[in-house]
Amino acid sequence: MAEKTVDTPTTQESQAVATRPEGTRTPERYVTPPVDIYEMPDGLVLTADVPGVTHEHLDVRVDRHMLTIQAQADHMPAAEPTYREYELVNYFRQFELSEEVDAEKISADLKHGVLTLKLPKTEKAKPRKIEVAASS
Amino acid sequence: MATAWNPMEVLRRDIDRAFQNAGFSNGFPFRTAFLPGWAARRYPLINLTQDRDHVYIEALAPGLDPNSIDLSVVRNVLTLSGEKRHHPEDIKLEAFHRHERAAGKFIRTIELPVEVDADQVKAEYKHGILMVTLPIAEATKPKQISVQVG
Repeated sequence: MAEKTVDTPTTQESQAVATRPEGTRTPERYVTPPVDIYEMPDGLVLTADVPGVTHEHLDVRVDRHMLTIQAQADHMPAAEPTYREYELVNYFRQFELSEEVDAEKISADLKHGVLTLKLPKTEKAKPRKIEVAASS
Repeated sequence: MATAWNPMEVLRRDIDRAFQNAGFSNGFPFRTAFLPGWAARRYPLINLTQDRDHVYIEALAPGLDPNSIDLSVVRNVLTLSGEKRHHPEDIKLEAFHRHERAAGKFIRTIELPVEVDADQVKAEYKHGILMVTLPIAEATKPKQISVQVG
């Protein structure tokens, strides 16, 4: 799975560190959430840390083999800030999917600020055992 | 031998003492310890907010096992610890295309600006953010003193 590295109208690619804001052309600010991608026998699994994001503000879409994860952390500070180490801004990251991923069957789950995407392989891409017909 | 009659030697020793441990404490510049401990990096990151009666700590900690979160308060020191689980154990390292998320156990000690009432501390874990509400101890709150006009 290749990550899209071309500039998009809203963001530019940068280091995958959640707390470091990306350079953007729009006044809104984005960070790249850190991800893990690993391969299972039946497909890929992608997990991303997106703390502060609720189901309503999470947008995952696939368009022509381009996977886009976009989310807004809407979290108001409880009171007057005294000491600050992080700032919650929007999350944005794009990946280019290979032909082997079945875009129709992608499933997503959000729990405790971690997004888990299951990207199953198409039937064609799965390994197949070919039976050898024994002829006597 | 350095005596009060040898001012250059006294001065040199004073300067040495002033710069002791300035980055060269154990032979190498800016080396902190032989092995970094659990708290080698600050994790989780926190925001501290405050109003009249409470101190709020919001810790950015996605993917924690809620049962592993442990909080303790002594006077004005809050200790947070917990564990962020690794992936299912059976995944081989070569199966990873990207591995950017950190995982494991952590502990962090935070010094609060005021003393808090340890019995009334509340914590909530929501959407990957741990919110701790600490009421300020009555003893440290400013007292209003009325002035008697004679």
